[in-house]
Amino acid sequence: MMTTINAFLAAKGIYMLTLALLALGVAGIIVCNNYMKKLICMNVMQVAVIFFFLCLGQKSPGTIPVAVDTAVKASEYINPLPHGLMLTAIVVSLGTTGVGLSLLLRIREKYGTIEEDDLLRREELMTRKKKDGGDRN
Amino acid sequence: MTENIPVLIILLPLCSALLCLALTAAGKNLGIIFVKISCLASFMLSCIQLQMVVTGGTIHYAIGNYAAPFGIELVIDSLNAVLLVCFSLIGFLTLIFADNFGDRKRPMLVGGACAETALLITGLLGMTSTGDVFNLYVFLEITSLSAYCLISLGGSRGVVSAFRYMLVGTIAATFYLLGIGVLYAVTGTLNMGDMKEILSQGGHDDAMLTAMCFLIPAFGIKMALFPFHGWQPSAYTHAEPGSRPLITGVMGKVPAIAMFRFIYCIYGTDFRFVRIALIILGVFSVAGMLYGSLMAMGQTDLRKVLAYSSVAQMGYISLGFAIGTPIALAGAFLHMIGHAFMKGGLFFCTGAIRYKYGTTDINDFGRIYKQMPLTCGLLTVAALSMIGIPPTAGFFSKWYLALGAAGQQDWIYIAVLVISSLLNAVYFFRLIEKVFIRQSSELKMRWKSEALELPVSVILPIVVCFVAILGIGLFNVRIVDILLMTLEGVGL
Repeated sequence: MMTTINAFLAAKGIYMLTLALLALGVAGIIVCNNYMKKLICMNVMQVAVIFFFLCLGQKSPGTIPVAVDTAVKASEYINPLPHGLMLTAIVVSLGTTGVGLSLLLRIREKYGTIEEDDLLRREELMTRKKKDGGDRN
Repeated sequence: MTENIPVLIILLPLCSALLCLALTAAGKNLGIIFVKISCLASFMLSCIQLQMVVTGGTIHYAIGNYAAPFGIELVIDSLNAVLLVCFSLIGFLTLIFADNFGDRKRPMLVGGACAETALLITGLLGMTSTGDVFNLYVFLEITSLSAYCLISLGGSRGVVSAFRYMLVGTIAATFYLLGIGVLYAVTGTLNMGDMKEILSQGGHDDAMLTAMCFLIPAFGIKMALFPFHGWQPSAYTHAEPGSRPLITGVMGKVPAIAMFRFIYCIYGTDFRFVRIALIILGVFSVAGMLYGSLMAMGQTDLRKVLAYSSVAQMGYISLGFAIGTPIALAGAFLHMIGHAFMKGGLFFCTGAIRYKYGTTDINDFGRIYKQMPLTCGLLTVAALSMIGIPPTAGFFSKWYLALGAAGQQDWIYIAVLVISSLLNAVYFFRLIEKVFIRQSSELKMRWKSEALELPVSVILPIVVCFVAILGIGLFNVRIVDILLMTLEGVGL
């Protein structure tokens, strides 16, 4: 029993951890009330996927993918492609975070808050004011 | 020269977007003119490309001459070629139209919005033509990021809906990345054609099912399919008015093409769980078609009506995928093309009315046809097309969908198709009633001219959409023939 659990954890445990991280991120985006926290949870979620790809590219008797004289077979190197892909994904996540932060600044400027409850209340207030104004005209 | 057309179509808007702000700083209108010229060139090249594909068959283009499974490949089959023509045309029209909505005192802001629109066009065209799953992700993110910026330019409501869309959209992109990660782990390739070959050897059913569970929500969120549509109405309503036709008309369709590529071109119909996946997709579509139409009936802001009606219309497209015969798939793609012009055209109208009168509330539209005959003409034709009255585009796409459903004996789908069309009729006839019959209300004109109802740059997109909706309807057989060149082999 213990050995099967150990074998499973040794082989697949890391994927379970990344999955937990992903679930944590998604849950955070749904549950958190503060937009800044939502943005941080978004980043956690993206890191989980980056982690997942890096685990895919890893194998234990492999060296970094730079040609050296002692290792001649392809099987002696780890796969560089997932790392290359994740470089792109990291840049994308950086861009998304940048856009998100600037949007947050603008929300804060216009509404004076980044808490979802307050924001919704203020939007409702704005709609009501607009409607009253429309009726008067 | 001609062999580089596939990549030039994507590169031209990309280069112009990158140069736009620098050129705007150098001379006030220089950047915008440059973007327009390059998007027009991109449209013309895609027309030439369509001709080449129809006569010469599918084009495979290896970027940088790196051969297919290792390098990035662009695959232009007859499907992509038609859609590229349609999307680049709407992109170009939107750029012309957007001229009237910028703040003229702030040229850098106008130039920036123009650059974002060009980037959005780049992303959409790239997603349509790529044959590499990771390249698709990159173009998906280009599309999304520029869309977030464009939506946030639409005032304070726009900023909030852009932020919400960003959170949901990033979940979609992350799920997509996970899905292709699982597929990459079992196949070791990122090229779509190569992946199909390896997957068709069998033995990867579990991994494929896992990936499918990530991919359908991912594309569902991006295309605003029913249970995943939460971000869509407020984002469509509050987006920047100049670029709204492109966002509403095209942005939802392109992830749908990607979904089609995954279900039919990569997984193929031999996939063990394909029936279950299609039934789930069918349930989503049917629910969306009813929900979207019902919600649209309750709105008074024309932009919201159209946004909810988009939820229903995306349901038609995914319904075609759920039925899965070549003829139903052709119907789905015909609807994609037709709806891009219908919804784009309706938002051109909304923008035109807003430009002239400053309102989008349909209760204010009393007898505006007297002042805006062309706009109301398009409004009527597009509305009739949405309901599905011949000879407009909407009738024929629904006809092909119904034919496909009848072939598979999915009678429920036909029933829902009819009910949803009738619900469409309720809210579109209400709109037509307001425009033509209701007492005219005293609206202040913002823009006055003796000769024309609107500036030429607003009239041109409206006229083109009008012609396109009727043209697609009248020449539907030719278009479906071209689509079937690709679809014959892939359906159920």
